Amino acid sequence: MNNPRESIVILDAAAIGRALTRIAHEIAERNEHSSGVVLVGIPAGGDVLARRLGEVLSGIWKHSVPVGSLDVSMHRDDLDRRAAPQVYPTVMPFDVNGKTVVLVDDVLFIGRTTRAAMDALNDFGRPRKIQLAVLVDRGHRELPIKADFVGKNVPTAADESIRVQIGEKDEVVLERK
Amino acid sequence: MSWNKKHLLDAESLSAEEILTVLDTARAFKAVGERAIKKVPALRGKTVVNLFVEPSTRTRISFELAEQRLSADIINFSAEASSFKKGETLKDTALNLQALNADFIVIRHSASGAPHFLSRVVGARIINAGDGAHEHPTQALLDAFTIRERKGKIEGLKVTILGDILYSRVARSNIWALTRLGASVTLCGPSTLVPKTFEKMGCRVTYNVEEALRDADIIHLLRIQHERQRKTMFPGIGEYTQLFGLNKARLAKTKPDALIMHPGPINRGVEIDSEIADCDRSLILEQVTNGLAVRMAVLFLLNGGKGPQEVA
Repeated sequence: MNNPRESIVILDAAAIGRALTRIAHEIAERNEHSSGVVLVGIPAGGDVLARRLGEVLSGIWKHSVPVGSLDVSMHRDDLDRRAAPQVYPTVMPFDVNGKTVVLVDDVLFIGRTTRAAMDALNDFGRPRKIQLAVLVDRGHRELPIKADFVGKNVPTAADESIRVQIGEKDEVVLERK
Repeated sequence: MSWNKKHLLDAESLSAEEILTVLDTARAFKAVGERAIKKVPALRGKTVVNLFVEPSTRTRISFELAEQRLSADIINFSAEASSFKKGETLKDTALNLQALNADFIVIRHSASGAPHFLSRVVGARIINAGDGAHEHPTQALLDAFTIRERKGKIEGLKVTILGDILYSRVARSNIWALTRLGASVTLCGPSTLVPKTFEKMGCRVTYNVEEALRDADIIHLLRIQHERQRKTMFPGIGEYTQLFGLNKARLAKTKPDALIMHPGPINRGVEIDSEIADCDRSLILEQVTNGLAVRMAVLFLLNGGKGPQEVA
């Protein structure tokens, strides 16, 4: 890994907490019928966020919200252009048919991961709706994809990178090479 | 995660990290095999040639299904119905496949080193599906996967490989892979089929079957390969069964949690008692299931391009 020349914390733990709470309220506002909503995180990164978001949303709706995790690596369109990505287990403890699936990812960038995720989701059934929640939208889309719920919009240069850390210490860092 | 290889030619040249990358990747593919839709588009648009110059049933079927589940286009080539019968050399066959822009060639050949040769003459990615008595790397990887899944680890385990070692590519690949992952491997069988020279590969050779089985965590049985033996290497099958076959009396003296493996095809009543082959300590059919996941993982990893690059 290259050593970044400069790194700036753009979201600290408190800001991440506030962003997730706001996203949860927006999801609740958008989806009146809470029983049909499931969260699906995209690993690595999105699965942890999906679980966090699920906890907040359960508090708002006063019932538990199902959370799954969807590996998208086998559906990527750039598999022969890069080293094979790490594949993660997919855990879908519910039937997605007829559900409103909220895909959860940490960073929305070129949009190809989201496309792969929608493709991967198809293997499990036909959701009624698919919505997209991301903690950070950094721009540079290569596909006509837009997030429904965004924690923070961060305009970036192509050579910058966003590192999201959720766990012992929550933070989002912008790194300049 | 570490994978930069273009071909899978042998287990000998794989690092512990590379082996673990395959095993971790295979775990996710095994889960894919349990879904309602077992197919993923990872190899969509890629052409895979299964070049089985030596007959094979289970390995060929396993590779074919792995390729189909990855959405690849498949061409099957077998020794009986191909241009080899008409006198074409392996090189010319390979160049013809190259002219058709094959992306992968999975090769089974009776000559050791045939996959290595192929990797030098064509641009396709080569997977060794067994070359002579040399190597059978995907078998070793699926065996390692099965052991790790059942025992939780490989390092520190005692693995005894019992049977026809001399003619076994499975044995050679397993010795390389398992010792690299930190297992201690013991070989046992008739002295004519288990030469002491194998100790150079980092394992132990013994001719005392009771001693070989006593402490083993994994008992890996091999078939007597009549088709590879040019002369009789031991007096007879009956004597082999009596001296080295895994029967109830021998199994009773092993560790109660020792597990039994066999790459197949098994010869019931020769190297293994029929009842033992079907008992709950036998992993023989799990090996078949895992073989599919491991072969999908190998194809998936080899399909990757050069160097890691940032994606989001």
